[in-house]
Amino acid sequence: MTIEIILQAVASGLMMGLIYALIAAGLSLIFGLMDIVNFAHGEHLMLSMFSSFWLWSLFDLDPIFSIPITILLMALCGVATHYFLIKHILKAKMLVQICATFGLSIFIRSFAQFLWTPDFQNIKEPLLEGRIEISGIFIGQPQFYASIVCLVSFFLLYLFVTRTETGLALQATAQDRKAAEILGIPSDRMFALGWAIGLSCVAVAGGMMSNYFFIFPDVGLNFALFAFVAVALGGFGSIIGCLYAGIIIGLTESLGGLLIDPSYKLLYVFAIYLLVVIYRPQGLFGRY
Amino acid sequence: MIILKVENLSKFFGGIKANENINFNVNQGEILGVIGPNGAGKSTLFDLITGYTKPDNGKILYKNKNIFGARPDVVSNLGIGRTFQKLKPFSDQTLLENVMIGAFAKENNIKKARDRALEVIDFVDLIEKRHHYAKELSTGQRKRLELARAMATEPDLLLMDEVTGGVDQKTIPGLVELLKKLKKFGTTIITIEHNINIIMEISDNILALDQGQKIAFGKPKEIQNNKKVIDAYLGSVDGA
Amino acid sequence: MNIKLEIAKQEPLWNTNKNIVRFIFFIVIFLFLLPYFNTNSFYLHLMITIFMYAAMSQSWNVVAGMSGQISLGHGAFFGLGAYSSTFLYMEYGVTPWVGIIVGIFLSSIVAILIGLSVLRLSGHYFAIATLLIGISFQVFFQRWDLVGAASGLWVPLTETDSWYAIQFHTSKIPYYYIFLIFFILTFFLTWLLDRSKVGFRFRAVRDDPQAAASLGISVSKYKIIAYAISAMIMAPMGSLFAQYILIIDPDRVFSFDISIFVLLLTVLGGVGNVWGPLIGTIILIPITEYSRIWFGGTGGAIDLMIYGVILMLICVFRPEGLISMLPSKFLEREKKR
Repeated sequence: MTIEIILQAVASGLMMGLIYALIAAGLSLIFGLMDIVNFAHGEHLMLSMFSSFWLWSLFDLDPIFSIPITILLMALCGVATHYFLIKHILKAKMLVQICATFGLSIFIRSFAQFLWTPDFQNIKEPLLEGRIEISGIFIGQPQFYASIVCLVSFFLLYLFVTRTETGLALQATAQDRKAAEILGIPSDRMFALGWAIGLSCVAVAGGMMSNYFFIFPDVGLNFALFAFVAVALGGFGSIIGCLYAGIIIGLTESLGGLLIDPSYKLLYVFAIYLLVVIYRPQGLFGRY
Repeated sequence: MIILKVENLSKFFGGIKANENINFNVNQGEILGVIGPNGAGKSTLFDLITGYTKPDNGKILYKNKNIFGARPDVVSNLGIGRTFQKLKPFSDQTLLENVMIGAFAKENNIKKARDRALEVIDFVDLIEKRHHYAKELSTGQRKRLELARAMATEPDLLLMDEVTGGVDQKTIPGLVELLKKLKKFGTTIITIEHNINIIMEISDNILALDQGQKIAFGKPKEIQNNKKVIDAYLGSVDGA
Repeated sequence: MNIKLEIAKQEPLWNTNKNIVRFIFFIVIFLFLLPYFNTNSFYLHLMITIFMYAAMSQSWNVVAGMSGQISLGHGAFFGLGAYSSTFLYMEYGVTPWVGIIVGIFLSSIVAILIGLSVLRLSGHYFAIATLLIGISFQVFFQRWDLVGAASGLWVPLTETDSWYAIQFHTSKIPYYYIFLIFFILTFFLTWLLDRSKVGFRFRAVRDDPQAAASLGISVSKYKIIAYAISAMIMAPMGSLFAQYILIIDPDRVFSFDISIFVLLLTVLGGVGNVWGPLIGTIILIPITEYSRIWFGGTGGAIDLMIYGVILMLICVFRPEGLISMLPSKFLEREKKR
């Protein structure tokens, strides 16, 4: 157990954490807007990864170049999800809302299994591959750039939501839908926009991860769970909370795996969730 | 006999002093009216007494027992009932079911609970609507539902939060009659009201709050002529 | 005015339709006699599966439908029941009948512990917590060598049919009766619960916890009671299932699919209603079993696809479940629109 090994784990945890943060940010945005937890978030991530894969497999597009297409596809998927499903359950009881997105996740996951078989796929020889060295620590190049891109995207998202007019309109809708409507902000379109942006985050994360991750129908499960934990840890409704939470989760997963036992990584993250919600139910920055 | 004694009760939300050093007594069997402009801290006071919010300091003595910080269900089982300003009926259940749940606070037998609930529903004059879903009742009827439900727990002290709020003019006299009937039964009542006429008519004592502080306490006639109360209220309450 | 009151007091407490009661009575008799007319192994298996899933869904109904706590990891109690009784039998030769009781006891303790720790959570937080807990059980049991880790436990077969070991190799009929009796017990107990003071209080906690507290109801206490009762209903089904298939492993008895399924069946039928789980089960289980025959291998993915769609359709078009499509004179408590 040398310093290098620990730093390695820290670096890898940090990088993974930034990716978790972006995924969680998408989830948090949707929840903040309409109080709906997207239980299909992991499946949307999986779809992004498959989109990247098929664009490479069928059209020879490297993931870096296909990401814009994936973003567009996932944004459309988000809008479709809103208009075909979410819109109709906005006024329903929480049980119904949970079951609806839960049903969506079951559907997407099994549909993927049906179409593409449960086999693991991966993209061979992407542009981003290999390792780079930073002061004695070896980091995978795709992981490194994935985390940078996610971090940058996160901040772009944050700036968008807090500095642009549309972003402020989104915030207004999130805080008080009816008041926002009276001011001329159409909540239906804001919701659709929220879904589009939320899934775009997932598209970026999935697209970058397709460079180095195995792609298969169940791949979204773990990420979804971690995203839920991140949003709860950061606090439902807080986007900046996702950044801190994502990093904490990434570090816990990686250091826990190194220092204790790699096969129980999930349990360490879950333990964090339980500790947080028991002792500080509103999370680090939450509204509740 | 003093049934409720509130001493130096305070609650701060960050920098906001929702309630500051509130002191007052309520005698058994009387009606205490609580008045004050919006934001004066009236509902917070109720939340503090019934355990929905934990006070920062002070004492709440109910029948000489300090109930500071007690949980809402404990407070209810000691004999304090309440209604809410923002009504909380069990919407997908019928009026009868709603009130039965109240009756179960003191009754274990279903038939007896049902009969007790029916008596209370009759008292508030809604017996014909007993099988209707709560969400289908009008606002006035829902106010009576909540009152009936609280009454079914057979409280010794009943806290009512703006019973006449949002209710049309012709329903109000009925509600006032209800309050008078309750008083005859021996229930002590503390009622938050914006309608000055009603408060003057039914209260034995009045507690006036403004910006979290008690600005006056006394008989209706005294309060009516109290300068601080008039200042606080200028133009902000419907009434005359 | 008092006349109206007296009339109201004379009304029966419940809107029990005598015809429905007679109907149910005959159905029960029919179910008991069924094996005499039809010993087809597939039909027996179908009925056993229906009895089992109906009881499992009813368990979920108690915690989610009656007390409003949406658990997405309910399969955990199924697995606990299965492992408890099987482990006791394999290690100590204890008859599964006792093992079932131990499983019930253990599950209720676990439920109380979970309930106490996630008590302050509501809504989404709670749902996610149960999701994580459910998966944690699976992960944990996959690595626990004492109970066979990922390979699980393989119950040693008895030479002949044995009531002591609850193993029957010659025919499914004894299994049929055992599951039937547990199914009837489960529904009867839940029906009683629904009509009791506790049932009323569960509904209050579900519909408005703050209002419930103002009426003397300790919300935490009743939430935990509901959770414990539902765990105690779920565990025996796991134990019996273990006796039925004689091989249990984390993927079979702790799987996420179980949690999904009990939720789906209850929501389909009607959450919060005693008969909801039964209706969902009667409709979906035969479809599932038959489609397994017709679609064969790819069954897994297509099944789930259909379940996902059904769930979404119900949520959008019939959130109260299929039972809401019955005329209200069939409903238990009299209501007027």
